[in-house]
Amino acid sequence: MKVGIPSEIFPSELRVAATPKTVKRLQKQGFEVYIQKGAGAKANFSDKDFEEAGAKIVATAAEIYGNSDIVLKVKEPSMEEVDMMREGLVTLSYLWPAQNQALLQKLADKKVNAIAMDAIPRISRAQKMDVLSSMANIAGYRAVIEGSFHFGRFLNGQITAAGKVEPAKVLVVGAGVAGLAAIGAANSLGAIVRAFDTRKEVAEQIESMGATFLTVEIEEDGATSSGYSKEMSKEFIEAEMKLFLEQAKEVDIIITTAQIPGKPAPKLIMDYHVEAMKPGSVIVDLAASTGGNCAYTKNGEVYTTPNGVTIVGKLNQLPNQASQLYGNNLCHLLDDMGKAEKFKIDMEDAVVSRAMVTHNGKINWPPAPLPVSPTAGGGAKKVAAPTAEELKVSEEEKSKKAAMSMLIRLGVVGVLLLLVGKYAPADFIQHFTVFILAVFVGWQLITNVAHSLHTPLMAVTNAISGIIVVGGLLQTTDDLSNPMTILAFIAILIASINIVGGFVVTHRMLKMFKK
Amino acid sequence: MIVLAKEIQTAAYLFASILFILSLGGLSSQESAKRGVVYGIVGMIVAIIATVLGQGVAGHVYIIGAIAIASVIGLMLARKVEMTSMPQLVAILHSFVGLAAVLVGFGSYLDPKSHELTGAAHIIHLVEVFAGIFIGAITFTGSIIAWGKLDGKVPSKPWSFKGLQTMNLILLLVCIALGVLFCRAHGTEGMLYLMIMTAIASFIGIVLVMAIGGGDMPVVVSMLNSYSGWAASAAGFMLGNDLLIVTGALVGSSGAILSMHMCHAMNRPFFSVIFASGSGNGSGGEKKAMEGEVTALNHEEVAALLKEAKSVVIVPGYGMAVAKAQYPIYDMVQTLRKAGKNVRFAIHPVAGRLPGHMNVLLAEANVPYDIVLEMDEINDDMPDTDVVMVIGANDVVNPSAQDDPASSIYGMPVIEAWKAEKVIIMKRSMSAGYSGEDNPLFYKPNSEMLYGDAKASVEKLLSYLKA
Repeated sequence: MKVGIPSEIFPSELRVAATPKTVKRLQKQGFEVYIQKGAGAKANFSDKDFEEAGAKIVATAAEIYGNSDIVLKVKEPSMEEVDMMREGLVTLSYLWPAQNQALLQKLADKKVNAIAMDAIPRISRAQKMDVLSSMANIAGYRAVIEGSFHFGRFLNGQITAAGKVEPAKVLVVGAGVAGLAAIGAANSLGAIVRAFDTRKEVAEQIESMGATFLTVEIEEDGATSSGYSKEMSKEFIEAEMKLFLEQAKEVDIIITTAQIPGKPAPKLIMDYHVEAMKPGSVIVDLAASTGGNCAYTKNGEVYTTPNGVTIVGKLNQLPNQASQLYGNNLCHLLDDMGKAEKFKIDMEDAVVSRAMVTHNGKINWPPAPLPVSPTAGGGAKKVAAPTAEELKVSEEEKSKKAAMSMLIRLGVVGVLLLLVGKYAPADFIQHFTVFILAVFVGWQLITNVAHSLHTPLMAVTNAISGIIVVGGLLQTTDDLSNPMTILAFIAILIASINIVGGFVVTHRMLKMFKK
Repeated sequence: MIVLAKEIQTAAYLFASILFILSLGGLSSQESAKRGVVYGIVGMIVAIIATVLGQGVAGHVYIIGAIAIASVIGLMLARKVEMTSMPQLVAILHSFVGLAAVLVGFGSYLDPKSHELTGAAHIIHLVEVFAGIFIGAITFTGSIIAWGKLDGKVPSKPWSFKGLQTMNLILLLVCIALGVLFCRAHGTEGMLYLMIMTAIASFIGIVLVMAIGGGDMPVVVSMLNSYSGWAASAAGFMLGNDLLIVTGALVGSSGAILSMHMCHAMNRPFFSVIFASGSGNGSGGEKKAMEGEVTALNHEEVAALLKEAKSVVIVPGYGMAVAKAQYPIYDMVQTLRKAGKNVRFAIHPVAGRLPGHMNVLLAEANVPYDIVLEMDEINDDMPDTDVVMVIGANDVVNPSAQDDPASSIYGMPVIEAWKAEKVIIMKRSMSAGYSGEDNPLFYKPNSEMLYGDAKASVEKLLSYLKA
């Protein structure tokens, strides 16, 4: 199967959907990889790198869209790009299906099977293909670096000969993946970090990353079954706004990350918050592309308000790193879909059926809701209960059967022993008793020997089995011409080699074992 | 010369038996193992002295001479042997016990005293002699073949033919018939029958072990260990010596249960291993075709992987023993651990050619035993492991054991190396393991081969890691 990677046409999109590393991986999955000339240039991957990794360079996007079976892309395709696509093509890219209805319709009309990477459900199994998480991680980190750059002061506190430097205070709003990554980065740069989120369950995660969890005095949990937070009540929002105002007066950098899927980002930092901030403060708005969390945010721009607050509405994507992670996410999805050989669009699959927003000419959006929160899933117990009971029943039957067969065996053994007792002489019975008891002792002794000691154990039992020497000892006579003595002599000789050799070698082995 | 009364001798024997039991019991944990060996040695000395000083023992000069010569030979053997050839040594020592049992049996038959017995007692004695020699002879030749296979002198491939089982059964019946004739013979007239039977038993010992593949050798060695115990026990019966009976039975039953443990670890029915009846419980059917392709890395790339990894698991196999790579491996482990990585060893119960073989080799290289884990202890950690290095192991990491019912090792518990982020397989070539099964692990996308001799490879890795 052919996988094609076109150049991204959107000017500010610097990423590319494959890197030399993922190209190798795709080939290992069995795909042939074609990449448009210059596709990786903005992310610092040269055509030469791709060629060395085994990809074939193609001159135009039209060839990619026309000849591939699967197209990997970052940004949602433009209408012109869709025009180039052939029927039955599978595309993997961002799509934002909720905002791009017209695009979905066009893809469906073209009979393109489009997978929206942003629609991958956020369940455990799909974590490895969750582009929102992998990209959010980068954004969170970058937000701190970007904020620190515009802030123009140290983030960490210092006491120097030239005077004391106060640590910077950073407020992170929204503790999703991006928020948590921002907390971690700011914390490791030495800032005092606070974080706010409407979901109470993330308090622990926030604290684990090294920030203080801020909360309002109203009992309301913003957690939903989808993993995103819901819109809160009026009272809650008022309390939240009050909290932000207090914080705005105090903090130096605010990083906002609140986004609601399929809707414009909620406005959290109002004009009066910005006005309350100190000159030189910075707001980094990670939700700029969906309208921004801050009332003053301008998407794609960095500017300073009249009162000296810098508002960052654009972020360097770290395209090289981002492409690598995005490419890995795509590889994982292709892995899940059966790689090249068994590639299949399985609409029964929980991940594929939700992310595949157009399939065979139909729009498959919005998908059925899929609960992920740990509170859901009470059904499992009900199913398990009867099986446990059944198990118990079969266990009982088993133990009954085992008891029966044990009884029969004991009976047979008893009869055999009786026969031995009847016919064998007393002397034999006595030896026999000793023998049987010794067998049981040996059996019990070895049952709990540590596995690592099996070799020394064997060497020692081997040495002990040299006890056969006693047989030889009993048979020796003073008469060397007696064949029995010669036999006994040889027997003693070899049995003794065994004894000495066995013990010495065991000792040697055990000496080596140490903690 | 002092002569011990019969009662004193019996008491000494009892003491020796207790010491032997303590000795075997002591071997159950690392801490008490050394004490166990001391118990064994003391027990043996007590037993020998009590016997030599007992009534009716003559020829002390010869006895002392034999023991002295044997001690020198035994010491030299045990001192000189390399840890990697430990299995061979154990096997050849087993053959000595077998031969000694045969000799003692013949001696007992030649002993005029034994023919003073009459009636049932006489018959029983003759049966004991016959059985003792039979077991002894099988142990003798079987151990020699096992030694040959372990030492590479005899091809390790199972050598078998159709009707092998039937032939063995017929031979066994012939032996029983000979036994009946033997019991009926007067005086030492049964010697001929005895000799024919010895020849047949020796032959059975050879074919039994020939038919078993090298991979099953740990079980065979431990089984022969058990046989040597039974042979000693049989000698005890014919000589009316309780010490021999008890000690033989201890060794016999412990060897048997050890082999059963091992069969359990391989998920193979005990009897199918011992009688080499077919290999494994593969239900036939079509084998899975290999998917994917084998990719290889060079040493530099592997070293880079190791540098990035946080947690590393090493799975050693017989290949490590052959290459004597345990020393450089431990050097590498120390280097990695110093760099703050969590490095551990995963030992499969049947890795190597002797149970616990890997543990002994690693101990030889001073690897502390708390980082050497068993399969069951480490399998759960596999998904969180960054790099698994498989060094000279094959079947013990074969995923077919879990997912391919047609495979001959299907059902055998294996180390789930493929669940780790990355698997590096150090191997000489693409050849199959001892079971002869192809290994789909090599074809998995997360596994990479590193070809070459294990020792040289590890040394190379080490130089890159230290650079």
